[in-house]
Amino acid sequence: MTMSEGELAVAELHFVRKQTLEQQPPPTSMSGPVAWVRENLFSSPFNIVLTLLIALLALWVIPDLLRFVFFDAVWTGTDRNACLESVQHRPIGACWPFVWERLPYFIYGSYPIPERWRVDVFFALLAIGVTWLLWLNAPRRDLGVVYSFVALPILSYILLHGFAMIGLPVVDTVYWGGVLVTIVVASVGIACSLPIGILLALGRRSDMPTVKLFSVVFIEFVRGVPLITVLFMASVMLPLFVPEELSPNKLLRALIGIALFASAYMAEVVRAGLAAIPKGQFEGAMAVGLGYWQMMRLIILPQALKITIPNIVNTFIGMFKDTSLVFIVGIFDLLRTIEVSRIDPKWATPVTSTTGYLVAALFYLVFCYGMSRYARMTEARLSKADRR
Amino acid sequence: MAVESVGAQQPARVAFYNDPKFRSIAYQVVLCVLVVLVVYAATTNALDNLQRAHVASGFGFWNQAAGFDISQTLIEYSASVSTYGTAFWVGLLNTLLVAVLGIVLATILGFTIGISRLSKNWLLAKTATGYVETVRNIPVLLQLLFWYNAVLKALPDIRDSHKFFGSFLNNRGLFVPEPLAQRGFGWVEIVFLLGIAGAIAFHLWARKRQMATGQQAPVATVSLALVIGLPLVVFFAFGMPLHFDMPQVGRFNITGGLALQPEFVALLLGLSVYTAAFIAEVVRAGILAVSHGQTEAAYSLGMKPGPTLRLIIIPQAMRVIVPPLTSQYLNLTKNSSLAVAIGYPDLVQVFTGTVLNQTGQALEVVAITMLVYLSISLFTSLVMNIYNSRVKLVER
Repeated sequence: MTMSEGELAVAELHFVRKQTLEQQPPPTSMSGPVAWVRENLFSSPFNIVLTLLIALLALWVIPDLLRFVFFDAVWTGTDRNACLESVQHRPIGACWPFVWERLPYFIYGSYPIPERWRVDVFFALLAIGVTWLLWLNAPRRDLGVVYSFVALPILSYILLHGFAMIGLPVVDTVYWGGVLVTIVVASVGIACSLPIGILLALGRRSDMPTVKLFSVVFIEFVRGVPLITVLFMASVMLPLFVPEELSPNKLLRALIGIALFASAYMAEVVRAGLAAIPKGQFEGAMAVGLGYWQMMRLIILPQALKITIPNIVNTFIGMFKDTSLVFIVGIFDLLRTIEVSRIDPKWATPVTSTTGYLVAALFYLVFCYGMSRYARMTEARLSKADRR
Repeated sequence: MAVESVGAQQPARVAFYNDPKFRSIAYQVVLCVLVVLVVYAATTNALDNLQRAHVASGFGFWNQAAGFDISQTLIEYSASVSTYGTAFWVGLLNTLLVAVLGIVLATILGFTIGISRLSKNWLLAKTATGYVETVRNIPVLLQLLFWYNAVLKALPDIRDSHKFFGSFLNNRGLFVPEPLAQRGFGWVEIVFLLGIAGAIAFHLWARKRQMATGQQAPVATVSLALVIGLPLVVFFAFGMPLHFDMPQVGRFNITGGLALQPEFVALLLGLSVYTAAFIAEVVRAGILAVSHGQTEAAYSLGMKPGPTLRLIIIPQAMRVIVPPLTSQYLNLTKNSSLAVAIGYPDLVQVFTGTVLNQTGQALEVVAITMLVYLSISLFTSLVMNIYNSRVKLVER
C-alpha cells in the first residue's frame, strides 16, 4: 500500500513542461546600452581614465567649434565692419558674408563673367564622364572611356580656351582660376598619369635593357624629389629647353610638371598590380599565340588594373591634394584665390583667414573623402567577386 | 600522305622584321636615338636661350657673396661676407633640422594614434579614426597655411603673450628657456655617450646569451639605467652644472631664451600632424597584419601578455611597418620643401628661391636642389633594402 502510494506521489511530482517558456531577456549586465557602455567605455581603470580625458577634450573643443561656425558666426554684411569685434562689440566667429561675396571668384577665378557659363558646361560634361566611368553598372562603359579620354579633353579645350571660328572668344589661361584650375590640373594629371604610368610600368618590367633603364631612371628620379622642385623645373627650366617661340604658358608648364610627377607614382602602383598576376597568365596568353600588346591589352592589364583600383584611386587622392602646390609657382588655384581674398583690405579681419581656410578644407575633404569611400566600396565589391 | 611530311618539315622561316630578337634591338635603337635627339635639342636650345638672356652658366656663383639675410641660421652666416655656397648649407641644415624633429614628433603622434584606432575603447578609437580621416584628406599646404596664418599669426603680440613654464608664446614665435651648459657638463655628455655604448654592448651580449641558452636578461632596465640613470648621477655629482637662460619680456621685444620662429613652429607642427595621420595607418595595418593565432599560440605556450607583445607581435609587425614608415619619413622630408609657402628658410626657400632669383642660374640651382633630395631618397632606400634583406622572412 504504502509503496504504491509512494510511487503515485513520485509520479505526480514528476513534472514535464508541455509548452516552451518564453525566452528571458539576457541580464542587463550583458546587453543593452548599459552593458555596451561598460564594455566599450569603462571596461578597465585605464579605459575609464581615457574615456574621461577624451570627454573633457570634446567638451573643450566642440563648443568652441560650434560657436565659431554657427552661433557667433556673422551671416550677413557687406564689408569687413560686419566681422570686426571692435565694431560689432560681440565675439565674432566665422565671417560667412566674405565667402558669399567671393564664392564666384573661388570657383571661376578671373574668368570673364559673361563667359562663365562655359565653365559650368565644362563641369557638367566632366561630371557625366566621371559618373560614366566610376559607376560600375553603367551601360557601355567602353564608350565612356572614349568619351572621357578623347572627346572630353578636346571639347573642354575648345570650351574653356575658346575657338574663334565657332564664336567662342578666346579666354587666356591667366584669367582661369579657383576651383576651375584645381579641377583642370587634377583631371589633366589623372588623365595623363594613367596611360603614361602604364607604359612606364610595362617599360620597367620589359626584357629590353635600355627600355628598362630609361623607365627606372625616370621613375626613381621623379619619385626621389619633391613635387615643388619638379614644378620649379617645369616652370623655370622648361622654357630654356624649348625654342623661344614655342615656350608654353604658365598653366601648361605646371600641367606638364604635374603630369610627369603623377605618371611616376602611377607607374609604381601599376607595377605592383602587374607583379601580382601569376606567371601562368602570361604563359597562357603566349601559348594561345597572342602577341605582346594583345596579351597585355586582353589578358594582363584588365586583371592587373582591376586589383589595383583602390591604389589607383588613392594615388588620385594624393594627386588631387598635391594640385594645391601649383599655388607656389604662381597659378591661381582654389588655395591661391583664397590667399588673395583673405588679405583683401575690404574683408581683412582676424577671422577672415580661418573662414577662408575652412571653406578650402571642406572642399578638399568632401572630394578626397568621397574618393576614398569609392575606393573602399570598389574594394569590397571586387573581393566579393573573388570569394566563391 | 600529309603525315610523313611532318617530320621532314624545315624550321619555319620568319621574316626578319617578325623576329623577336631583331624587333627588340630595333625598338631599343629607336628609343635611344629619340632620347639622344631630345637631349640634343634641349641642350642646344638651352645654350641658345641662355646666351640670348646673358645668363652666366657654370658653378662660379657658388663662391660669390650672397648679400641677403637669412632669418634662421644654424651655422655662421652674415649677409655681407657669406657666399651662396654658405647659404646653400644654411638652407640644407634648416631642412634637415625640421625634417629630423618632424620625424620624431610624427612618429610619437602617429604610433599613439595608430594604436588608439585599435583600442577597445570606443570613444578613443572613433576619435583617432576621425583625426586620421580629416587630416589625411586635407592638403598639407593648406594645413601649413592654416597653422601659420590663422593660428600663429593670430596669436597676441608680445605684451599679451601666453605664458607657461617660463615660456612665452606670441605672434613673434615661441620663446623657451635655453639650457646653457656650465663647467662639468662635458662629463655628463661623455657618460651619456658611454651609457649608450654600454647599452648596445649589453643588448648584443644578452641576445647572444639568449640564443645560446634561452635565458633572458633585463635589457630594458639595464639600458635605461645606463643611458638615463648614470648621466643623472654624474649630473647631480657635479652639482647640476646646467643653467637655464629664461626669456625676459621687454618693452618691445623678448630677450634671452631660445626663440623658435613662427615659421619654424608652423612647419614643424603642420608636417608632424599631417604625417602622423599616415604613420597611424601604417602602424594599424602592421599590427593587424600579425594574425591573431600568433597571440593565441604565445599564450598557450604560457607567455604573459607583455612578453607576447614584445617578443612575438612587435617583431612581426615591424617587418610590415618599417618599409612604408620609411617612405612616410621621406615624404615628410620632401614635404618640408613647402616651407617656401610660409617663408621658413629651408633649402628650397633659400636656394631655389632667393639664390635662383639673384643669380638667374635656374639650371644649376634646380639641378643641385634635386640632387640633394635625390641623394637623401636614394640613401634611405639603400638602408631600407639592407634592412629588408635582414628581416626578410626566412622560409624553408
